[in-house]
Amino acid sequence: MSSDVRFTDFKSDAQPTWCPGCGDFGTMNGMMKALAETGNSPDETFIVAGIGCSGKIGTYMRSYALHGVHGRALPVGAGVKLANPDIEVMVAGGDGDGYSIGAGHFVHAVRRNVDMTYVVMDNRIYGLTKGQASPTSREDFETSTTPEGPQQPPVNPLALAFAASGTFIAQSFSTDAQRHAEIVKQAVEHDGFGFVNVFSPCVTFNDVDTYDYFRDSIVDLADTDHDPTNYEDARSRILDPGTEYQGVLYRDDDSVPYEQSHGVDANMADIPDGAPEDAMDLVREFY
Amino acid sequence: MPADFNWAVGGEAGDGIDSTGKIFAQALSRAGRHVFTSKDFASRIRGGYTAYKVRTSVDQVQSVVDRLDVLIALTQRTIDENLDELHDGSVIIYDGDRTTMQDVEIPEGMIGLDVPLKSLAEDAGGAIMRNVVALGAACAVSDFPIENLDSALEKRFGDKGSAIVENNKTAARKGRDYVLEEYDQEFGYDLECTDENYVLLNGDEAIGMGAIAGGCRFYAGYPITPATDVMEYLTGRIERYGGHVVQAEDELAAINLALGAARAGARSMTATSGPGIDLMAETFGLVATSETPLVICNVMRSGPSTGMPTKQEQGDLNAMLYGGHGEVPRFVLAPTTIAECFHKTVEAFNLAEKYQIPVYLTADLSLAVTEQTYPPEEFDMDAVEIDRGKVVDGETVGEWQDEQGRFKPHALTEDGVSPRAFPGTEGGVHMSTGLEHDELGRRTEDTDMRVRQVDKRTRKVETAEAREPFAAREFGDPEAATLVVSWGSNEGAMREAIDFLDDRGIDVRFLSVPYVFPRPDLTDAVEAADEVILVECNATGQFADLIEHDTLTRVTRVNKYDGVRFKADELADRITEVLADDDEKEEATP
Repeated sequence: MSSDVRFTDFKSDAQPTWCPGCGDFGTMNGMMKALAETGNSPDETFIVAGIGCSGKIGTYMRSYALHGVHGRALPVGAGVKLANPDIEVMVAGGDGDGYSIGAGHFVHAVRRNVDMTYVVMDNRIYGLTKGQASPTSREDFETSTTPEGPQQPPVNPLALAFAASGTFIAQSFSTDAQRHAEIVKQAVEHDGFGFVNVFSPCVTFNDVDTYDYFRDSIVDLADTDHDPTNYEDARSRILDPGTEYQGVLYRDDDSVPYEQSHGVDANMADIPDGAPEDAMDLVREFY
Repeated sequence: MPADFNWAVGGEAGDGIDSTGKIFAQALSRAGRHVFTSKDFASRIRGGYTAYKVRTSVDQVQSVVDRLDVLIALTQRTIDENLDELHDGSVIIYDGDRTTMQDVEIPEGMIGLDVPLKSLAEDAGGAIMRNVVALGAACAVSDFPIENLDSALEKRFGDKGSAIVENNKTAARKGRDYVLEEYDQEFGYDLECTDENYVLLNGDEAIGMGAIAGGCRFYAGYPITPATDVMEYLTGRIERYGGHVVQAEDELAAINLALGAARAGARSMTATSGPGIDLMAETFGLVATSETPLVICNVMRSGPSTGMPTKQEQGDLNAMLYGGHGEVPRFVLAPTTIAECFHKTVEAFNLAEKYQIPVYLTADLSLAVTEQTYPPEEFDMDAVEIDRGKVVDGETVGEWQDEQGRFKPHALTEDGVSPRAFPGTEGGVHMSTGLEHDELGRRTEDTDMRVRQVDKRTRKVETAEAREPFAAREFGDPEAATLVVSWGSNEGAMREAIDFLDDRGIDVRFLSVPYVFPRPDLTDAVEAADEVILVECNATGQFADLIEHDTLTRVTRVNKYDGVRFKADELADRITEVLADDDEKEEATP
């Protein structure tokens, strides 16, 4: 029974190979807590991940899972959910996976609004390939492939999601365990595409966007008068590049998930042993 | 009187050529005549030359020939483009009032019928019906009862209300009456009707119908010529059976959406054409390695790159056989007729699930976009069987768990096929990955496990070869010294070519191969023949390479890659030439 599920039930027996101190540990723990607290069980949950440090998450969590190809986790997640809407689908990605190679899918997943949760572990660097600039790296961030810095402004993922008519847009900080879990939980509970960009520091290759940096600069929206259901409030915060916000930036309580607007509610695994009974009607259409 | 009748309408894209042709084809089909259509179209929405051809007979027709008996020409170019196929006595229907047709040149020996299509259509209620006036005129020329046209017009315009239908019927009669009154002569055509009831459909539609019948419930695709008809067919129909179609943002998303649905337990498919196959190649490897059943339909067009999107070719065979990095097993099925498009689609889903493997289902453009009549019994829904392979449920899952109760989705089995647990199955929790993995699906670089998993996946092919009837279809004379082999849509033209060859005293044995990989062993057939001819629509002979590889015997290649399908008479000529060359060589050798 799902009420008996503890968050550790979502933990596999595989030992994570993330660097000691990696932000992804906290990000993952929050995801597991959010799933358990929203009453899901590993048997009825599907985790999809792409490539990179974030992609390893399917190995460390215990549920039905697919570890796919670089940048393509979101369409896989949507396919699972549409084929069986009873399954809870959570997609994990990184900033390279989601905002570079997968940017096209990101925008379309947001506007498609399938009822699933997308958690991006944003460490503003490529970690697994050992320290190159990512789409969220700062303009002057010196890396092995950008010795002078990328000299391009970073992508603002929240703004991308907002521009694509996102219905749930949030940001959290992996080490702020309780807040992070709470925010992911709201994303899971949201009827539609729940998007959470998580500051998940890379302790090995990023010496700028560190735990200390985020601790010092984060503004928690819970401490402000921000109303996430107010479109104008959301817009001004999302388009404010100078502040590292934590919390739900935008939420559309009238969101109608794709499944509902498109009448997708069957478990498509259930099919007859032969052609449908009225299948000859399909032939007769060609008279 | 000719045994069959060849008719065409041609003009500019946007002239309503397609619907005019379709209405006539439907009318013939409903009159109990067999029909085979072909389309000549350009990759543009308006303008350019486009034509719709219909060949009809009381017997089944399965190819096109170089002959046109009646041509509705909306432009001068229509006549010029088809000059080779027109003959003495061919009838050309045109509208001399049309500005571009005022100085029309009717070639010597042919009969030009100047019919004021536009003004007669206006009399009937609107200029838009001028093509229906032309159809009425064609009925008069071919002695085809106009009542048959009525039922096709009802089917076509029924949704628009009875007034529109009636106006069209009137328009058709105005065309017929005009010809009867103004041109009181015998044209020599007499389209006999029968009591048979046929259905008329194209290959893409047959694939879509096979998908629904075969249990496909999820489809994701990106529009691309000539595969889009599959998506358009499924949209609006698959929902009746609890399924859904997603128009994805690109081909990469399409195959990943389909992969996700397949992992959730749905019978799932994507369809695309050559360029899309390239984009899907990376995920294709993941599908194979994660052992996910998936049907990937590739409706081939002329390549490479953007090539000729609206033209025929069978050039993607190597891409399907070898595409993607690394080595992964896959099946490649290639239906050879429109009816086979239906049957092979059903089979593709069964094979995908029985062997947990990606299956390429490939049709070429000629199969996909042309229509043919069949008796409805050809699509026997009662005969459709669905085999989902080794699926476990909450009760049987225990047989496939390790000592710690962990499910083994990639268990090393003798036949290479592992159990499958759909999400939601208690006790079946597992991960799958594109990384090399152990039986549990966990990443591994263990040398022994690597070899065992590669062998296990490869073993599926051997198992399938032993269990499945991957046979060729045989036609012609089984004892003939000449063996012709082909794949895809060439079957129709070749079957008719056999008759042409027979008239010239040439016997051939013909094998049409619907399975590219795994494929039937043709060694005995090849060894028994004096001459082996491989017919295919590509430049290099990709299928011929495979047969040479399999049989260690040189074959003669008959290739066509100009973007146009083989015609029956053309194919007979090409084969006759090959055999004549053989004779010459023999004489030259003392």
